[in-house]
Amino acid sequence: MNKQKIRNAIRSLPTHIVIILICLIWIVPTLGLFVTSIRPVQDANTTGWWTVFSERPGAAEYDQFCAECHGPSGDALANANLADPEIVGSFRRSIQLAATFNREYDGSIHLAEPARPDDQQLADILSHLQRISGLQSRPRFTIDNYIDALVGYRGTTSYRLDCEAGTQAVDLTCDFMTDLGNSRGMGRALLNTLIVTIPSTLLPIIFAAFAAYAFAWQEFKGRMWLFALLIGLQIIPLQMTLVPISRLYAEMGLNGTFLGVWLFHTGFGLPYAIYLMRNFIGSLPRELFESAYLDGASHWTAFYRLVLPLSIPAIASLGIFQFLWIWNDLLVALVFLGGNKPVLTYQINGLVQSLGGGWQLLTAAAFISMLIPLFVFFGFQRYFVRGLLAGSVKG
Amino acid sequence: MSVPKIMDQGKWTPWMYLSPALIIMFIFIVFPMGNTMYLSLRNRDSSGWASSVCVEGQTCWGVFENYRYALTSELDTSSPGATWRSFWFSSFGNNLKWIAFMVSGAIVVGLIVAVLTDRVRYESAAKSIIFLPMAISFVGAGVIWKFVYNFNAGGAQIGLLNAILARFGFDPVAFLQTIPINTYAIIAVGVWMWAGFCMTILSAALKGVPTDIIEAARVDGASEWTIFWRVMIPMIRQTLTVVATTMVIIVLKLFDLVFVMTGGNFRTDVIANRMYAEMYINQHSGRGTAVAVVLILLTIPFIILNVKRFREEEALR
Repeated sequence: MNKQKIRNAIRSLPTHIVIILICLIWIVPTLGLFVTSIRPVQDANTTGWWTVFSERPGAAEYDQFCAECHGPSGDALANANLADPEIVGSFRRSIQLAATFNREYDGSIHLAEPARPDDQQLADILSHLQRISGLQSRPRFTIDNYIDALVGYRGTTSYRLDCEAGTQAVDLTCDFMTDLGNSRGMGRALLNTLIVTIPSTLLPIIFAAFAAYAFAWQEFKGRMWLFALLIGLQIIPLQMTLVPISRLYAEMGLNGTFLGVWLFHTGFGLPYAIYLMRNFIGSLPRELFESAYLDGASHWTAFYRLVLPLSIPAIASLGIFQFLWIWNDLLVALVFLGGNKPVLTYQINGLVQSLGGGWQLLTAAAFISMLIPLFVFFGFQRYFVRGLLAGSVKG
Repeated sequence: MSVPKIMDQGKWTPWMYLSPALIIMFIFIVFPMGNTMYLSLRNRDSSGWASSVCVEGQTCWGVFENYRYALTSELDTSSPGATWRSFWFSSFGNNLKWIAFMVSGAIVVGLIVAVLTDRVRYESAAKSIIFLPMAISFVGAGVIWKFVYNFNAGGAQIGLLNAILARFGFDPVAFLQTIPINTYAIIAVGVWMWAGFCMTILSAALKGVPTDIIEAARVDGASEWTIFWRVMIPMIRQTLTVVATTMVIIVLKLFDLVFVMTGGNFRTDVIANRMYAEMYINQHSGRGTAVAVVLILLTIPFIILNVKRFREEEALR
């Protein structure tokens, strides 16, 4: 019995290995994004995120070249105390540190030729000295990147430090709540994305529910034909309609307005929404409707009292789809809103193209944009999967 | 499916329910489609027909001049070899690569995960992980993978993939700038994003395969491998087709990923991306719409397929 168990375990081992390997490949890139987003700016851009818990560069080199005389914590020599921020601060660059090697101290050369560190080692040693002297004490983790991303900070240190020193850029006031509204920041973009997404999710669901009811339980000429056309419309690429709609919007003054984007998303969400809702509403039991009508219910009563409450699961699936689709959209926002009312994806794309802020800012910004979709995804995964299985998917 | 007679409440009622949706879809999908086709025959700002830019002595397709541009401008026709090479790295060639490798890649990974997780206790956890990228935007995924592919000329590699290469003693690679691997590097991101979709649908189909058929095959001494190829795959063939066609459509429309990761540079351009560039960067509405029309022509077979499948399903109801 026990032998059998062990044999089974060994036989299923390859299965486990393959699954775990694939899962690792799938999760590690996202993990890297998250870890980088909470690392200080210097670390994030110079060392790999997987080194986050390992010793920082410089310590080993310090032990190798300097610890013998200066001591492990740098304060062994009274006339050359490396734990003194003033002394370390006088070496702005590692080349200045190298210049001291040829000087004579107490009759012998500071550091003779073969035992000298190379340039990279020297730079690492200097950053180690800056740490032990307290000149630059930065924690392993920080939330500064998120603050910087939210307020649209583009400097070289951080919003918090710049504001403490009073050296912030002109577009920042250092009042956090005010700066959240900065048009370059992710805070403002988050708000814009919410303003775009919520109506664009609700409108197509409402219109689709009406149309789906008609397709499912009302008789009219050309019903099948019209529905088949709808199936075709689901596939039409969005790109197909951008130019005429841009021109139309330019005439109507709708370019760069939320209303324009709401309407566009509604138009493109409808074919799939109607298709999904119609399949669901059409599968409700026929007797339900027959008895309702026998009791004298009108279409409106049946729709309002029967169909809507019963289609909550379908509405949930559809809502999540439409929500994620619009939240994650770049193309429509790029064309119809642009920099006028920047949304999250637009801002991140801007950061990618310029790479001005460095990786710590980009990763924090990306994570901000992923937070709500991930929450929706984990909260409503059941409905999401159900929606996927209910038909083809729109893209 | 017919409707109970008793529910017939007038000729106009259905249209009251339908009209809001129909009107919006007409304005935003049907009308622009026609308009796009018209614009694709016009010149840069639609002030005249496309043939107005024709120059004596040069090849010109008359009113279809924009299509000549859309289809042949990326080609180098100096020799057959050059034509083929330039085609293979044009937006059309790249889209072919996308279709071939992203669709098959996502389906293969999805299928492997669907089959294997069926046998382990942590099935739902593993599936959630594979499915997770579906919730992430193309832009977000672009950032995640740009970081994985990051290349540092000299100095420490902070991109995971190059750090691994360095650890094993290989030279770092500029994944997103090096032709031809850059397109495949972006395709891999597409697979990463869409394998979860394939997995979910295929897994549901696999669970629908009756267990007694599989048991019977096992009793007859068939190996797991044989069962997979001879029993499971044929039983889910229909679903596989649906997944594959859906994926092809998704790939054809794919824009954001290339736009974010390389901006279509280094010969990674795809059709959807080119349409954007012609229209909003080069400001040429004729050429932009011509590319869009080419895109829709490519999707027509799938539209027909979808409608046909719907008809068959309806007939079964």
